Amino acid sequence: MSKPLVKIRNLHIEGRADEEWLPIINGVDLDLYPGRVLGLIGESGAGKSTLGLAAMGFTRDGCRISSGTVEFGGVNLLTLTRGQRRSLLGKRIAYVAQSAAASFNPAHKILSQHTEAPVYHGVMTKAESEADGMELYRRLRLPDPDQIGFRYPHQVSGGQLQRAMTAMAMSCRPDLIIFDEPTTALDVTTQIEVLASIRDIVEQFGTAAIYITHDLAVVAQMADDIKVLLRGDEVEQADTRTMLSHPTEDYTKSLWAVRSFERTEKAPAPADETPVIRVDNITAAYGKSADVLHQVSFNIHRGRTVAVVGESGSGKSTVARSIMGLLPPKKGRILSNGQALPASYKQRSKEQLRQVQMIYQMADTALNPRVRIKDIIGRPVEFYMGLKGAEKERRVEQLLEQIELDPAQYMQRRPPELSGGQKQRIGIARALAAEPEFIICDEVTSALDQLVAEGILRLLARLQDELGLAFMFITHDLATVRAIADEVVVMKEGVVVEAGPKGEMFTPPHHPYTDLLLSSVPEMDPDWLTRVLADRGVDNIGDAAMARMDNR
Amino acid sequence: MRSVSAIILQRLGLGALTLVVVSLVIFCAVEMLPGDFAEAILGQGATPESVAAIREQLGLDKPVVQRYFSWLTSALQGDFGVSFARLNFATNFGTSTNTHQITVADQLAPRFMNTLFLAAVAACIAVPVSLAIGILAALYRNSIFDRVANVFTLTSISSPEFFVAYILILFLAVLNPLLPSLSNIYETMDFAERLKATLLPALVLTLVVTAHMMRMTRAAIINLLASPYIEMARLKGLSPLRVILFHALPNALAPIINVIALNLAYLVTGVVIVEVVFVYPGVGQLFVDSVKIRDMPLVQACCLIFAAAYVLLNLLADIMSIISNPRLRHPK
Amino acid sequence: MIGSLLRGSLIAVVLYVVAISLPVLSEGGLSGWWQAANEVRLLKWAYWIAIVIAVAMAASWVFRELLRRTMPEFIAKPMRQAPLTAAFGIMIILAYIVVAVGAPVIAPFGEAEIFEKINVLPGGDAELGGDPDHFLGTDQIGRDITSRLIYGARNTVGIAFLTTVLSFILGVTLGFLAATLGGWIDQLFSRSIDVLMAIPQLIFALLLMTIASEWSYRSGISLTWFMIFIIAVLDSTRVFRLARAVGLNIVVMDYIEAAKVRGETLIHIVFREILPNAVAPLLAEFGLRFCFVFLTIASLSFLGIGIQPPLADWGTMVRDLSQFINFAAYDPLTAALPLMAAGAIALLTVAVNFVVDWMLQNTSGLKE
Repeated sequence: MSKPLVKIRNLHIEGRADEEWLPIINGVDLDLYPGRVLGLIGESGAGKSTLGLAAMGFTRDGCRISSGTVEFGGVNLLTLTRGQRRSLLGKRIAYVAQSAAASFNPAHKILSQHTEAPVYHGVMTKAESEADGMELYRRLRLPDPDQIGFRYPHQVSGGQLQRAMTAMAMSCRPDLIIFDEPTTALDVTTQIEVLASIRDIVEQFGTAAIYITHDLAVVAQMADDIKVLLRGDEVEQADTRTMLSHPTEDYTKSLWAVRSFERTEKAPAPADETPVIRVDNITAAYGKSADVLHQVSFNIHRGRTVAVVGESGSGKSTVARSIMGLLPPKKGRILSNGQALPASYKQRSKEQLRQVQMIYQMADTALNPRVRIKDIIGRPVEFYMGLKGAEKERRVEQLLEQIELDPAQYMQRRPPELSGGQKQRIGIARALAAEPEFIICDEVTSALDQLVAEGILRLLARLQDELGLAFMFITHDLATVRAIADEVVVMKEGVVVEAGPKGEMFTPPHHPYTDLLLSSVPEMDPDWLTRVLADRGVDNIGDAAMARMDNR
Repeated sequence: MRSVSAIILQRLGLGALTLVVVSLVIFCAVEMLPGDFAEAILGQGATPESVAAIREQLGLDKPVVQRYFSWLTSALQGDFGVSFARLNFATNFGTSTNTHQITVADQLAPRFMNTLFLAAVAACIAVPVSLAIGILAALYRNSIFDRVANVFTLTSISSPEFFVAYILILFLAVLNPLLPSLSNIYETMDFAERLKATLLPALVLTLVVTAHMMRMTRAAIINLLASPYIEMARLKGLSPLRVILFHALPNALAPIINVIALNLAYLVTGVVIVEVVFVYPGVGQLFVDSVKIRDMPLVQACCLIFAAAYVLLNLLADIMSIISNPRLRHPK
Repeated sequence: MIGSLLRGSLIAVVLYVVAISLPVLSEGGLSGWWQAANEVRLLKWAYWIAIVIAVAMAASWVFRELLRRTMPEFIAKPMRQAPLTAAFGIMIILAYIVVAVGAPVIAPFGEAEIFEKINVLPGGDAELGGDPDHFLGTDQIGRDITSRLIYGARNTVGIAFLTTVLSFILGVTLGFLAATLGGWIDQLFSRSIDVLMAIPQLIFALLLMTIASEWSYRSGISLTWFMIFIIAVLDSTRVFRLARAVGLNIVVMDYIEAAKVRGETLIHIVFREILPNAVAPLLAEFGLRFCFVFLTIASLSFLGIGIQPPLADWGTMVRDLSQFINFAAYDPLTAALPLMAAGAIALLTVAVNFVVDWMLQNTSGLKE
């Protein structure tokens, strides 16, 4: 085998917190051979971005490399002068950031930012680089490749901007590109398009790449090898297929297992049973602007979970706000056990309010940081159930036990002293305290790491079985849907596109949007992307497919 | 998104509206004077006849709304009416033939130029110095330089203007007679003399304004340098100079212009105290004097001038930051 | 590279300063400037300034150590992370409180007590026109300056504090109402505040004080009361803005929404959910507003239209004693009198600002 392009040995990186240096990376080794793609995966705080930047000899403010070597093409980047290192950056090593919208300078046109590095490093003239940029845009399947470069960054959509940034990274034909979570901020139907074009272009130019992500299914498509990181340490590394089929370490196995949590679908409720919640033909709008929901209807039965699925802007959260009475619908009604609920929460009785509870996406903002846990959970106990003193305290303890937290340890704490997963559990306990029949779960796992998220899903499933709760699960993540849903409602632009039992929904054929959405969700199979592109055709994914659908 | 010119027109309209409302507030405030305007002018020596005479002369017998509009329209033409102090004098001593009356505008005009000169000198020193210090403090944050600058500017902001003024007088005028402690300004002075007489009050203003401006500049630049596109530019291997000139500067213009305009607006208030300390013959001193003798037309006029300057500078800051925002300049 | 940028801009700044001071220097030429600089005995002043700073730092360090070791945990813990400037600030604020509260005990005479000897020089040396009873001398109508300086702490600080409290009650109430109720109430409040803020505060205060002085003259109520009210109203505009912004940030939180759909009353939401989260930023703002009010009142008094006699007040004292500064070359202590009053004002604001700066850094978590 040839010599490695990047060779990192025993790298230690520290970050400053409160006047002291805490370790971020503890002695990681890394080898990357020319033309190979290495996937770096790990949960938040694993140090993947820090390691990716260190491969460029770069650290962010407040971080420092305390020991180790980073060799690129046989040269230790850490011992070079700044000027020597600069002559490599942009030219032979390039970087693609997570948020393209923030990483393009708003003051300059896209193409003039594209040509900056090649002209500055003397690789091409400005005219050559401009022509080359348009060629790259064409290869990345950007619409209108000859003109798009003359726009300003804010005039171009997120998915297109991410591809333009990939083109910019390619502008000097570097030997190495660092991709730092390039698709994390995108919707799935846009993500697949960006993934396909990044993979193509890296292959076409034989560029080596480090692909950083927390999404296992994504890394399975992109990388030849995968390295798993945990809190600054390497867990293991292997080629993608081996890693997916035979992980050796327990941590990796548990990461893989998350994806396999799947509850068997319950039999549909009898047709004559009155649903706990019936959303009846509602149309809603914010203020005087255009309608964001158009005649939405679906039922949620006792002990069942309905997953409402859609991308950003599909109106799925608006449905939840209408059910809660926060956004009274313009037309249609919400029925609870067959009884119509007043449209606004202000007109609902205490009993009606108690019946419908909600768990929020961001536990950080859902719990008052200044209130103790016992009061956060105790308040609804007192407010709805009228329990006081020792009785209330006993009930709070019981609820804490239900969500698997030790009462003695947590009663007196405040939310900022808890981890993300613990906070989300407190949010669940607060909803349970009202002893409702129905709970709305609004993206409850999307802000959490996968292992923690799985714990929350299992907890919710158990509570549902024990208490016979009905759940409405709002999510954009189809893995979550597969894990917990009994029925699925697919939404797009405020309209219910399709609805039905989970089993049916995951077997085609379907409405074209449902097909597009389902087929865009990455799977753990490393051949998934290739297969989808072959099935659908490269021009039938993402924006292009969406445009076609609208024309029809 | 609307076009930039539409937004600017809207801001200009809002600015004009603000000015009208401000003039209304000033006018109404004076209407809140107890008793009668004319009695206030004449004070102890008021006789029913003289009160009636003054009332008619000033048009006080007309309804409020009419008086407001006539006051506003003449103020717009530069006519702020007749100073009470003079009027009082003239009425009491019987020479009310209108020939020797000194109008507010006559008193204001030369002093207005003096104040402008003082503010201009202060701005010429303060703006470049504070921008330079602010940018350096941002580039070298947490260095000794930054910390010293922080303590120094905090101290400077916290001190009342007259404290800074007397300290400077003590060191630069009394203990070492480098500069005059009182600013005698007269018509026939040449530029250098005038500058020398103005320098000490200008330095005081500079010290106070510099502190504010430097802190705001520092915050704006730190905020800017933390943005991902600056990191991206550095990761392209560009030299720091190019990163700053090509990537940071175009985006820094808006916040910096804002900082400058806001602090020039701040100068408007600072000038009052400083002029009193140095007996500088400017609008601020005239204002304080007229407040003490309750010369209402003069108070109104000065107030209107200061408020207008303040509103216009804020408006300027607003418009400049709209113009320099690429998102607004190149709509989708 | 950044080094050369630093050097370049420093040189540019120096050149610029020299260029704008040239017309002034041209008279005496460079030699005149040098001579002047020698006369100042710059080194001597630098020496004294260094000593003062060193003493202040040492005192704050001792004070901080004292707090760290003797105080209960809830005070000692934050002091362990407190910078020296914050310790200095706390120390000075405590000292002012002691002087303000204990003024009648500490001061040798009453604040309005008039003695026969007027314009007694400070120093207490009878041969030089002083009087051992009046160490800092007496003023132009024969009041003891030491006592007036001490009472000034009580009056100037007390009045500024009262004004700030008033301004906060007004501003926070209206601001929270605007934030929680929204709609036309918010619009009405915000637009009125915009108009009030379009006129520079000191200018507006001067205008209103003119009118108030006429009212005061007729009604016999002291102008000081009018001033407290006027400054409180004018300053409450800024408090309103902040309280509204803080309130809005909290109102959009999900826990407020959760409380609303639980069916909680407005009172529960404002006092139990919003207020506990608004305390930290409001407290920091209270410090800043206090400084601003304090300086505004001192400035008005300095201009002769603020706190009225017979109350002893630092701003008025600066104005009354200001001509003494010209005696600096012959009698430094006399010349220092106006600076003592002005310095007393400056020292307190500096102290409060140091503490607020530290608080802001703590709450915003900006520890870079």
